[in-house]
Amino acid sequence: MFSFSADEIDAIRLSLWVASIGIAASLPLGMFVAYVLARWRFPGKILLDALVHMPLVLPPVVTGYILLLLFGRKGAIGAWLEETFGIVFSFRWTGAALAAAVMGFPLMVRAIRLSLESTDRRLEDASRTLGAGRLVTFFLITLPLALPGIIAGLVLAFAKALGEFGATITFVSNIPGETRTLPSAIYTFTQIPGGDAGAFRLAVIAMIIALAALVISELLARRTAARIDG
Amino acid sequence: MFDVSVQAMLGEFNLDASFRSESIVTALSGPSGSGKSSIVAAIAGLLTPKRGRIAVNGRTLFDSEARIGIPAQKRGMRVVFQESRLFPHFTVAQNLMFGRWLAGKKRDAQFDEIVALLGIEPLLSRRPRKLSGGERQRVAIGRALLAEPQALLLDEPLASLDAARKNEIIPYLTQLVANAKIPVLYVSHSRDEIELLAQTIVKIDGGRVTEIEKRR
Repeated sequence: MFSFSADEIDAIRLSLWVASIGIAASLPLGMFVAYVLARWRFPGKILLDALVHMPLVLPPVVTGYILLLLFGRKGAIGAWLEETFGIVFSFRWTGAALAAAVMGFPLMVRAIRLSLESTDRRLEDASRTLGAGRLVTFFLITLPLALPGIIAGLVLAFAKALGEFGATITFVSNIPGETRTLPSAIYTFTQIPGGDAGAFRLAVIAMIIALAALVISELLARRTAARIDG
Repeated sequence: MFDVSVQAMLGEFNLDASFRSESIVTALSGPSGSGKSSIVAAIAGLLTPKRGRIAVNGRTLFDSEARIGIPAQKRGMRVVFQESRLFPHFTVAQNLMFGRWLAGKKRDAQFDEIVALLGIEPLLSRRPRKLSGGERQRVAIGRALLAEPQALLLDEPLASLDAARKNEIIPYLTQLVANAKIPVLYVSHSRDEIELLAQTIVKIDGGRVTEIEKRR
């Protein structure tokens, strides 16, 4: 029952890879946006907040279609990226990673923002009176204190990215070994006669990965919190 | 030593205080909510007044007319806050070294001297959360002293402590203040502490200076 075919192993590996790269690449921007939303006051903030949360409420197919329009080979950003840097998203695993990043982004930003909002700003003031500039204070005080929340945000976004289906299949299709992630592979299995066993195997793997991610994040968050508490 | 004139609207509260003191230790005294902490924040650079001028030891830190506003991290105003504000993810030693490390200094003889003076040697490897209130405040005082201060702002350093803890710290504080070579601003609403420590007492009420008293 649990002997995997090469295609299935490919799908599992690709899924982990695509989700990891997508989340890792979006982390710096996610932290910046979370910081801006948590700390800055400016007109149009509510709009930025809404924009960040859009992928959470839009049908994933719409998000995928927008990605196709923007980052496709003929899309405004996609054409420019290919010309300038030779980076292509459409029908490549990089596109799947982009879709994963976009879909995980709201969850990541939300968790990091909450964590930043609950860190004690008086400690940042104390740091500044001791000679640390804003950037140094951020890295020495704010970031370590917000770490449990940042980890939680990363894992949530990762789990969301792993499960991403609609936007991925719309944006980069379902190409074995390139863009066929776990959900796409499961979907494919359900569409062919006799594919039930494969679908079931991959579904179990998906559940195991999700469960492991949640347990690891909880343990990491606890350990980090314990380290901060001393 | 302190030449302060600040005007600021803080919500409904109108701060409009001016005082000058040439004493090495100046006390800022007044009831809670009178604006003492806001004045400390303005001197430290954590609050930007609407108008005014702040100079400490002849150095202008803020001047709204001349458009001078030195950022907090470059003022050298080391603050001991009422709630100590130690960094919970650092050990006591790391807390003590925070400002010193930023100033490019190492753990040296002065470090050992201040640690000994404050009697916090046994605490060095502990985390702030494991300390008593009195211990925390001693570490906070040490952290400020070790950060190459140009002036020391003590914002009710004893207010959150009970009488026994106060008595535990006052000897350290008096010794420290007696040997002070840098300007010290001591904020308190306790008459006893102030009389023990300060040569000039600035009284504040409702955001305004009501009296400046010189002693000794």
